[in-house]
Amino acid sequence: MKNIWIICRKELNSYFASPIAYLVITCFAVIWGYVFYMSTAEFVRYGFMAQMQGRNMPMNVNESVIRPLLQFAATVGLFLIPLITMRLFAEEKKTGTIELYMTSPVYDWEIILGKWVGALLLYVCVLVASGINIAILFGFGKPDWKPVLIGYLGLILQGGTLLAIGTFISSTTKNQIVAGGATFFVCLLLWLLSWTTYDPAWYWQALAYLSIVTHFEGFAKGVIDSKDVIFYLSFIFLGLFATSRFMESQRWRA
Amino acid sequence: MIKVQGLTKRYARTVAVDNISFEVEKGQIVGFLGPNGAGKTTTMRVLTCFLPPTAGTATVSGFDVLENPHEVKKRIGYLPETPPLYPEMEVSEYLTFVGRLKGISSADVGRRVGEVIERCAVGDVRSKLIGKLSKGYRQRVGLAQAIIHNPDVLVLDEPTSGLDPKQIIETRDLIRHLAGDHTIILSTHILSEVEHSCDRVVIINRGKLVATDSVANLTNRLRGAEAVALEVASANGPLDPATVQQRLEQVAGVSRVLPREAKDGRLVFEVESLQGQHIRAELARAVVHAGWNLNELRAVGLSLEEIFLQLTGGEKKDTATPKEG
Repeated sequence: MKNIWIICRKELNSYFASPIAYLVITCFAVIWGYVFYMSTAEFVRYGFMAQMQGRNMPMNVNESVIRPLLQFAATVGLFLIPLITMRLFAEEKKTGTIELYMTSPVYDWEIILGKWVGALLLYVCVLVASGINIAILFGFGKPDWKPVLIGYLGLILQGGTLLAIGTFISSTTKNQIVAGGATFFVCLLLWLLSWTTYDPAWYWQALAYLSIVTHFEGFAKGVIDSKDVIFYLSFIFLGLFATSRFMESQRWRA
Repeated sequence: MIKVQGLTKRYARTVAVDNISFEVEKGQIVGFLGPNGAGKTTTMRVLTCFLPPTAGTATVSGFDVLENPHEVKKRIGYLPETPPLYPEMEVSEYLTFVGRLKGISSADVGRRVGEVIERCAVGDVRSKLIGKLSKGYRQRVGLAQAIIHNPDVLVLDEPTSGLDPKQIIETRDLIRHLAGDHTIILSTHILSEVEHSCDRVVIINRGKLVATDSVANLTNRLRGAEAVALEVASANGPLDPATVQQRLEQVAGVSRVLPREAKDGRLVFEVESLQGQHIRAELARAVVHAGWNLNELRAVGLSLEEIFLQLTGGEKKDTATPKEG
């Protein structure tokens, strides 16, 4: 446990000592800020229209602003996560610093978990940037805070899943660009799978079930479904377990 | 302290280390000598639990590298050929991180970092970014990280490669100072390195153990032979290189004659003696007797290549090709 924290803190420091953390947070903040402005302005415009027409339209900030925004954040995450994970192992394998980890009295799973948690904390920092805008909504209206929190829990779980996949891919190569590219491809593929939900055939449904995005929809609505939580947790476990297996096999082959 | 028995490491297509056995006593400095690609790094990686052996066993302080890697890792400090440094970290920050990783408690780590910083003389760069350090400082920070947890055994892979002569001397002194408390294995392809720093030497070539001996014994064995560069010119008319070579080979005590250069009627040869034979006087006499001019006659040091040839029983030239690196 102690070793995981030591490694995690080092990873987080490395992110903030390099431009990666600032790049990821800035990219996200700019895109998110733009979309946030657009959707809030749209909501306000509808509000005015409803007033002018004298109709009492039921309007809900949670449903019309926050939910689509969180869903949008989940999609942006798909694009940012390869940037976060690509260096995790690939860089250390290239520079040889992985030898330090492998010859220190720490277990493989401690290294992997430490790195993954470090990457997850950076992702949480990114989400914190989005939380600032959401906080503004609380200043001017009365959104329900529970679905917001659940939405963020979903974002963290989905991020953790993609980060675990990225961690695995990064451990398989020395080349950061290969790691980033492959992770991006997998993220994109998992996202595209959600487009098959309309087809009732079982194989399309099965594919859609595999999609990371379909499991986020519940969270965005403010519903914690244990099925979705288990899906994410088992995917995280699978990714990290595959990483440890790969490290072990590399040791024997290399 | 270290016991290696029948160690073999096979990669997909090549055998990197082939059935090596040796032992290292507590407090000794052992030099691992061999050309690049001889299997030095692989052996060290097995000892540090970075790679598992294909066959055979290796134990450090009684712990097997396969069965008890965790215990071995606690007792070993390792400086790989490229020091495992993070350029974005400051020196003291890095050493603190490594110290914690090696299992030093957070209460003690500050004191230990101060000690190794002083010991490795990196105090004046302690708050500099590692990425901005010179090669010599990086190497010393690498050494500092290897000794931070005060390990029983230190494994140093080419600790002086790429350093300038002054830094080499400093690093050697540092290693010597460390010897009292630690058992040290260091690898090198420079013979003088071993002479300066080590008590014992293990020579490997192409994955096989060639010799393991004390440094004193080994140098005696090697000192016996000498190599001489010889320049001959003709007093009258052109010289036939083959004739000269043949004549030189007939001199008593000569093991072989290598033609090196031939231009403007001058011929340069390199002549090697057999063990314990002094051939310079005989060579000079032979040249003069034949009626040629002796332009130059000087002793040249035996290169690692030749030492290997001698130790491996004068195999063909391509069996040991040392590279600079």
